[in-house]
Amino acid sequence: MRSRRFHMLVSAIGLSIGLGLLAGAATDAVAQDSKKTLRFIPHSGLRVTDPILTTAFMSRNHGYMIYDTLFSVDDKMVVKPQMVEKYEVSGDKLTYTFTLRDGLKFHDGAPVTSTDVIASLARWGKNDTMGQKLFTYTKEWKEVDAKTFQLVLKEPYGLVLDSLGKPSSNVPFIMPKRMADTPATTNVPEEIGSGPFRFVKGEFQPGVKVVYEKNPDYKPRSEPASNTSGGKVAKVDRVEWLTIADPQTAMNALIKGEVDIWEQPAFDLLPELKKNKEIDIRNLQPFGMNYMLRMNWLQPPLDNVKVRQAILHAVQQEDYLAAQVGDPEYYKVCGALFGCSSPLATDAGAVGVKKADVAKAKKMLADSGYKGEKIVIMAPTDLNSINQLPLVSAPLLRAIGVNVEVQSMDWQTLVGRRAKMDPIDQGGWHIFHTAWGTADMMNPIANAGTKGLGKVGGFFGWTEDPTIEKLRDDYAREPDATKQKAIAEAVQKRVYEMVHYIPLGEYFQPSAIRKNVVGNLPSAAYVLWNIEKK
Amino acid sequence: MLRLVLSRLLAAIPVMGVVAIFVFLLLRLSPGDPAAILAGDTATAETIAAIRADLGLDRPIPEQFVTWIGQLLQGDLGKSVLSKQPVSMMIGQRVEPTMSLALTTLIFAIVVAVPMGILAAWKHGSWFDRGIMALSVAGFSIPVFVLGYIMVYIFSMKLDLFPAQGFASIREGLPAFLERIALPTVTLSFIYIALFARITRTAMLEVLNEDYIRTAHAKGLKERVVLVRHALRNAAIPIVSVIGIGFALLIGGVVITETVFNIPGIGRLVVDAVLGRDYPIIQGVILVFSGVYVLINLAIDVAYVMLDPRIRY
Repeated sequence: MRSRRFHMLVSAIGLSIGLGLLAGAATDAVAQDSKKTLRFIPHSGLRVTDPILTTAFMSRNHGYMIYDTLFSVDDKMVVKPQMVEKYEVSGDKLTYTFTLRDGLKFHDGAPVTSTDVIASLARWGKNDTMGQKLFTYTKEWKEVDAKTFQLVLKEPYGLVLDSLGKPSSNVPFIMPKRMADTPATTNVPEEIGSGPFRFVKGEFQPGVKVVYEKNPDYKPRSEPASNTSGGKVAKVDRVEWLTIADPQTAMNALIKGEVDIWEQPAFDLLPELKKNKEIDIRNLQPFGMNYMLRMNWLQPPLDNVKVRQAILHAVQQEDYLAAQVGDPEYYKVCGALFGCSSPLATDAGAVGVKKADVAKAKKMLADSGYKGEKIVIMAPTDLNSINQLPLVSAPLLRAIGVNVEVQSMDWQTLVGRRAKMDPIDQGGWHIFHTAWGTADMMNPIANAGTKGLGKVGGFFGWTEDPTIEKLRDDYAREPDATKQKAIAEAVQKRVYEMVHYIPLGEYFQPSAIRKNVVGNLPSAAYVLWNIEKK
Repeated sequence: MLRLVLSRLLAAIPVMGVVAIFVFLLLRLSPGDPAAILAGDTATAETIAAIRADLGLDRPIPEQFVTWIGQLLQGDLGKSVLSKQPVSMMIGQRVEPTMSLALTTLIFAIVVAVPMGILAAWKHGSWFDRGIMALSVAGFSIPVFVLGYIMVYIFSMKLDLFPAQGFASIREGLPAFLERIALPTVTLSFIYIALFARITRTAMLEVLNEDYIRTAHAKGLKERVVLVRHALRNAAIPIVSVIGIGFALLIGGVVITETVFNIPGIGRLVVDAVLGRDYPIIQGVILVFSGVYVLINLAIDVAYVMLDPRIRY
């Protein structure tokens, strides 16, 4: 009896699998989807939904889906009003009066008020580099009425609008006061904004899937969409972010039409994707990304500026770019600290960008007093976008006589370890490499690598340099763009002179997009409004 | 039988306790800092310290451990450090894909491997037997990700019979479920088919030389009846053991298949949690896994007793 049941079970399973195989060809759920759903493979999985708590680009891009901003930037990086209808600046440049647009509503139906704005900005000002600077010049934020509010400064500050229209992490997104009252070091408990899409909480799987639906209450501006500014028109009803960790699988899904956009295809798969007639490779990041070699000023021998200068002379960007990106179509040798495509781009003070001077570097190192101390380079093995950089640095440094030890680890170990100020034998470090979006470093205030604040308030590596801090303050106070540029040039010269960090070149990360998807906007972040499927 | 089940469940409690202490300490002693990960690239040391305090990571390790155990005793696995989602909910979301893949793989492997093993033993020394053994070697030798890519290339990209990736819940209908699970199942099954077929063949070969099999043949019973009713039943214990162990390994070891086929299962959750130093998730998943392993071992023991009444615990 048992034997017969066993056979029946086996037969049933076999039949089910057989039917499933037959059904496979016929029922393609993906193909049946309407053109109103946009499927997008982001560069990573969304886990932290609070774009003020973290600088992660995933959280920033999520922020642009559901939140809106007071100001934003157009394709020339000029700041434009967004939630703000109009603003006035007093004659003494100390008071800014802002008025919100009519009809702005949060996704829970509540109107956006001055109270919400002030609370949101206060929280942002605690975490963001430009926000922190703005708040050091702020006397108070005043609510005039539900739609009008004022910023009163202690002294004139040249970057008020640049700060409020900052396009990249941390973006000053506006959220309801009850969320904005959350401490800046705690994740906000909800995902309610006033942006063009609404977050579908029930379908959120951290690291796997995020779903947004069109916000029917959103009133776009009348101007055409441009970068993060203008009319943010949601042209699809639903957007799904689907994390696909394996690049080959992501490519297969795009080729089969199971997804519409792959944000960051691996460089080595681009030739294969280019061959496909249904796929476009589009550069939607006109301002690019920048590689950086950061040294730890607290650790001997890198506390010696002469050693740092010797290392600066030993590197050349082409080596890094060729190893990491490969195709010259997607990279550019660039000595400008604030991005080669930015208004502050200059080669002033740049050293060793195009060609290393090994002989000079050797001599400088010998003259520096360096006695062969071990220099630890942290090398992330799992982050494909930067994992080649330490492997280029190691032989370049060895070539001039540096005793290099490359320590491999995963990126998150590196992130935890780079925050340690301890000596090397207690888990400290000397050098790490990273990448920045140009939009995150377009001026001396936004560019964390130029900070000279040392242990208190400084960026990892803890460069302590009162001269550069004075220059940064001068830049922040200066309202005149021409004079600002001259100060930025001085900042750049100082960075190269003291070797705050070594720029390793600019690269461009294209996206792979199915050709029936139109309307993608080149932008400082990855924005998904204005897109439709034909 | 009830006594066996109860005693095994009671014995599981200290095992789980040891696992909990070990995992907790291991995570706290390993490098990486969730607060630094959460804060991002431009965070200052002060911000990271504030986040660490908010997460309770600045408290002494024994205090953190007591807090966690207190939560556990109330059935609370805590919340993800990064997403703030309840860990139990996150594990719940990921259980279905992993269990679906593990079960379909197990069933498919048994359905294919056990008859193969029986037939190989029956035709011992024949070309069929050698062929099965050669296939087994291949099954052990080809890495799962290589096989996965080959399967996708042929059956999805070239023949367009299946989607290239993704998972559909059985709630979306059996065809949709099978359509998505078929390729990963077949891919992951290969090694288990090889394992089960070899074990079945070996166990059957031992039994087929026993006197009672000769007696069964002498009585004129059909070959099928001799093989299945007499031989297989007596050879079942090692086969059940390896299937049980195989199932336990499957649940924890599907991560490569989940990655290649983009299945949002437990394996991917653990890998992501480890990379993000999301302690509550790692602790929760390992505890749940320990519980599942205890239950699988219990099921194997129960199966032994049912298959062979001579076995007593």
